[in-house]
This record gives sequence, structure tokens and C-alpha cells, in this order.
Amino acid sequence: MVWWDRKNKATERPASAPKRSVPEGLFQKCTACQAVLDTSRVVEALRCCPACGAHFAMPTEERIQLVLDPGSFQEEDAALEPVDALGFRDTRGYGERLRLAQEAVGVSDAFRSGLGTIAGQPAMVGFFVFEFMGGSMGSVVGEKVTRLFERAEERRLPAVIFSASGGARMQEGILSLMQMAKTTAALARLRRAGLPYVSVLLHPTTGGVAASFAMLGDVILAEPGALIGFAGPRVIEQTIRQKLPEGFQRSEFLLEHGMIDAIVPRAELRQRLAQVLGLLCGGVP
Amino acid sequence: MLSPRHALDFERPIVELEQKIAELRAVGEAQLGQELQQLEWKAKRLQQEVFAQLTPWQKVQLSRHPLRPFSLDYINRLVPDFFELHGDRAFRDDPAVLGGLGRWQGGQAVLLLGHQKGRGTQENLRRNFGMPRPEGYRKGRRLLEMAARLRLPVVSFIDTPGAYPGLDAEERGQAEAIAKNLEVMAGLPVPIVAVVIGEGGSGGALALGVADRILMLEYAVYSVISPEGCAAILWKDPDKAETAAQQMRMTADDLLALGVVDEVLREPPGGAHRDPDAMAQTIGAAVRRHLDELSGLFRTSVESLLSMRYAKYRALGRFSG
Repeated sequence: MVWWDRKNKATERPASAPKRSVPEGLFQKCTACQAVLDTSRVVEALRCCPACGAHFAMPTEERIQLVLDPGSFQEEDAALEPVDALGFRDTRGYGERLRLAQEAVGVSDAFRSGLGTIAGQPAMVGFFVFEFMGGSMGSVVGEKVTRLFERAEERRLPAVIFSASGGARMQEGILSLMQMAKTTAALARLRRAGLPYVSVLLHPTTGGVAASFAMLGDVILAEPGALIGFAGPRVIEQTIRQKLPEGFQRSEFLLEHGMIDAIVPRAELRQRLAQVLGLLCGGVP
Repeated sequence: MLSPRHALDFERPIVELEQKIAELRAVGEAQLGQELQQLEWKAKRLQQEVFAQLTPWQKVQLSRHPLRPFSLDYINRLVPDFFELHGDRAFRDDPAVLGGLGRWQGGQAVLLLGHQKGRGTQENLRRNFGMPRPEGYRKGRRLLEMAARLRLPVVSFIDTPGAYPGLDAEERGQAEAIAKNLEVMAGLPVPIVAVVIGEGGSGGALALGVADRILMLEYAVYSVISPEGCAAILWKDPDKAETAAQQMRMTADDLLALGVVDEVLREPPGGAHRDPDAMAQTIGAAVRRHLDELSGLFRTSVESLLSMRYAKYRALGRFSG
């Protein structure tokens, strides 16, 4: 079944984290079709709704398992730690926010990257950790993305990045904005070196991440129902003072408007990625 | 003289004093000479005092001052033979982005790019308050690629609240348009000098602002999000914009300290809008100096120019480990 002839309209709707109205863990309600779901079955179904197919958020560790060959991930730069360069304080200090996020999620910042293989094809791969401050890009994320592109060039490997991010991290101010330029400059070099880059857009990919390397893939894939855009829907509604149409800024909308190459359901992601990487790397030697 | 109608809160006492001086002068009484001199001295002192301790939020206000010179105000003063070019060759011309050719202070031919705000309601609507749509960035890209082919250095003026967050802009790929410009500017094989003259509003500013040298006017600001937007998200209270402006470190001197900006251009007493001619002269000389330096490098080795630009951005960011 392809995405555009799905009977159930609800499947085209967002797929953020399912709401928990019953004791943690056992059951959850589908945010799209409202079905009450057995959580263990949702996990088995790759964090998709067994009833309607809606894609829920997938923890980064599970994403790595899903996409890469077992045991092939050699993580790099895991020791990079964020610092509070501006001494930023909103209702909480940035340092404290970082510590809380690190404790809750178990990673140092919002991006994990390294060398891995996808159906035997080696690639430099990176994964946004949306659970960590909304996958926002500050200095650490920017540095890791930059190194990923640089290493892909050095090692003559394709690059693959799975983006899920609200955009640049406000708490690092202008330094976060400059990560857009820094990462994209590294990508520009990778391109001149004739190496491919596949960008996979997950729910949601907006702001400074969308407006830099995420929208610059040689091939751009997206999961069904992912929110993708520059400005968030609330900001747009405030600007134009009207409700946005159903499905606006979703993967299906972007495909229709020529902004992405294909929508790939999670269950097919690994196989389709392997296929496209093989083709992109298959030029005349 | 600044009319009180356009004066910011902290400018008002100065303007009122200046008005009083003007009135006295109009009376033309000879015996008032000494008193006038004293008043003028007092007005100058007051201005110095106020401007010596501007808060970040007051600088945000100055960067958005209704009388602040815009890109065209400087171009008209510095590029006598400016030839404006229009359109992205795909959809439409975006008046929020300015592009064209001309000789910098009558010397080197350059490509000029900039955000352009409007003066007054009608022009502001036409220019969308300086908030570009994708076609504006794509016009910029077309001209940048032309400049690279023809070995024309680029001078870019940054002055925008941000890229337009509208339905049509999203539909036509605002994110991609910005992203593509970052890529093109990062690898553009000609010298690029950017001058932040007013508001540097996030990705919408950066999309014309990847450069070998970034100069910034003393009371211009540049940030990852507007202070209002930051306050609404982090404090859940738009009234905290003043605090957000302070926390984000978005003034010219902040950005110089953070290594983002290469040079801060001092403004005339009271700000650029008090003396646009003087401000233009400062910009003209500084840009020319940087263009000369960069052109030297460009003539010897395009690769060194590009490596230097890469190293500049490569070094931005703070982390440990």
C-alpha cells in the first residue's frame, strides 16, 4: 500500500509521542486513530500503531538497531560535552538544564554519530536525539555533524543523517546559529569531493536544522506524517492569523511540493536506505 | 534633527533639549548666545551619557529604529552607479531582498546584496518588512553564482527581522532556500564581506551572511531568534524580551567577543540615523579595506581564500572533551 491511497485519513496525521492516560507502560492511546494499544505490541511494531500505522517517536537507540547491521555501530565523539558559553539563564540555568537532560536521556548531547554499515555498505551515520532538549543544535551537535561530513570525505564514505530537531538551541545564542553555517560548509566540501549524502527526516524537523544540512540531501527521505518546515505551525498561524490546512508541512505535503524524494515507512527504512546508498555509490569507477 | 514622533523613550529627553535649542535659535536673540552654547553642550553630554550605558534591549530598539538607514540608504551613498537586478528566474521578484551591481565608492565592481526594509506603511508592505520569501533567497543565489563566474567580490548588507514565516513561504521551501544559500556562500570562489547594519534575524539573516569578513555596526544586533520569540518559548512570557535580549548576548560587542564578528563599526553620536552620511563613510572605508585585503588573497590563491573562510566557521562553537 502506498501512502496516497490509504483509506484511513487518520494515518496521515502526526505521530508524536502517544499520550499515556493509563499506568505507565502497559497501554497507550494512539494519537492518530485513538485506538487503545498494548504498549508491548507497539514496540514490536517498531513504535507504529498496529491499528492505523501512525508512526510514533522512536528512541534513538532503537533507531540505531533498526537501521544499522547488528554490532556495526562504532560511535565517535561521544565524549564531547556541551558548555554554558553564554552563562545563559531563563527560568533555569542552562547548565542545570543540560545536567537534567543528560541524566534523563543518558547521552551528553542531542546527536550520536559514528561509522556503521547498512546491509554491508559502510557509511558515516548520525542520529539526532530528540529526547535531549528537543534535538536542538548547539555547539556539540554542530561539531559532531561537521566531523561526520569531514570524516565521510576523508574515508571516502557516504553520509547519512537522521534528523529530528526543533532547530538551533537558543541557550547557546549566536553560536547555535553559526552551527548552521559550519555544518553546511563541511557538507559543501563533501559534495565537491563527489560523495553522496542521504538525509532522513523524522518527526519533527524544523528551524535551523531544516534550514541547513537536513534539506540538502542528494536524496531526502522522510517518515510518514513527519512535520517538516522552517517555521513551526504556531508561528505561521500567528503570522497569517488563520488556521493552517490539514496536513500542512507534513511529509506528504512536502513530497507533493517537490521538497523531498520519497516517504518511507519505518518497516522499509533499512532496506530502502541500503538500496539508495548502493545506487548513489554505484557510479562508473 | 530627530522628530520627537520617531524618538525612542531614551532618546526623548535629548530630542526635547534639541528642540528647545532650535526654538531659541529661531528667536535669534543675541544675548542668548552663551545660554545656547551651554544648552548645546548639555544636550551633547546627555546623549553621551545615555549612549554610553545602553542596555542590550535599547540596542535592539535602535537596530529597529524607524529612521535607521537601510541597505539602499548606504548603497545610494557608496555605490554611485548601482544597477539593480531583479528576480529569481523561477517565480517572482522579492522586494525584501536587494541585489545588483556597482562600483564600491566608484572603484572595484562588486555584487551588492542585502535585505531591504521599507520606509512607511506602503513600502513596508511591498518589502514585507524586510522578511524574505524563498524567491528572495533564490534571487540572491542566482546573483552569487553569477558573481563567482565573473570574479566579482560580494558585499552583503544584513538587516531583517527574519525569513518570512508564512504559508506560501513554507510551500515554496523556505528551509531549502536558506540552506542552499549557506552551501553556495560557503564555497563561493570570490571574496565576500557582510555588514550587519540593523537586525540580524536568525537563519533569514545568515542566508545572505556567510562571508570572509563580518562587520557589524555598533548598535546592530544578531541572534539565533528574536528576543520576543525567545521569551515566548523559554519564559512563556513575551514581556521577558528585555531579559532574553540580555541573556542571548546579541550586541555587536558580544559577537566580537564570541569571535563571530571580525570588526565593530562605531556609529556617529546618537546612532547611525543621526548622521547617515558619516555612517556610510565609515562603512565605505572599512569594506574597502577588507575587500582590498581579500582581493589580494583571491588573486594569489582562491583555494587559500576558501580555506580561510572554512577555518573561520570551523572554529565557531564552544564545547569540552
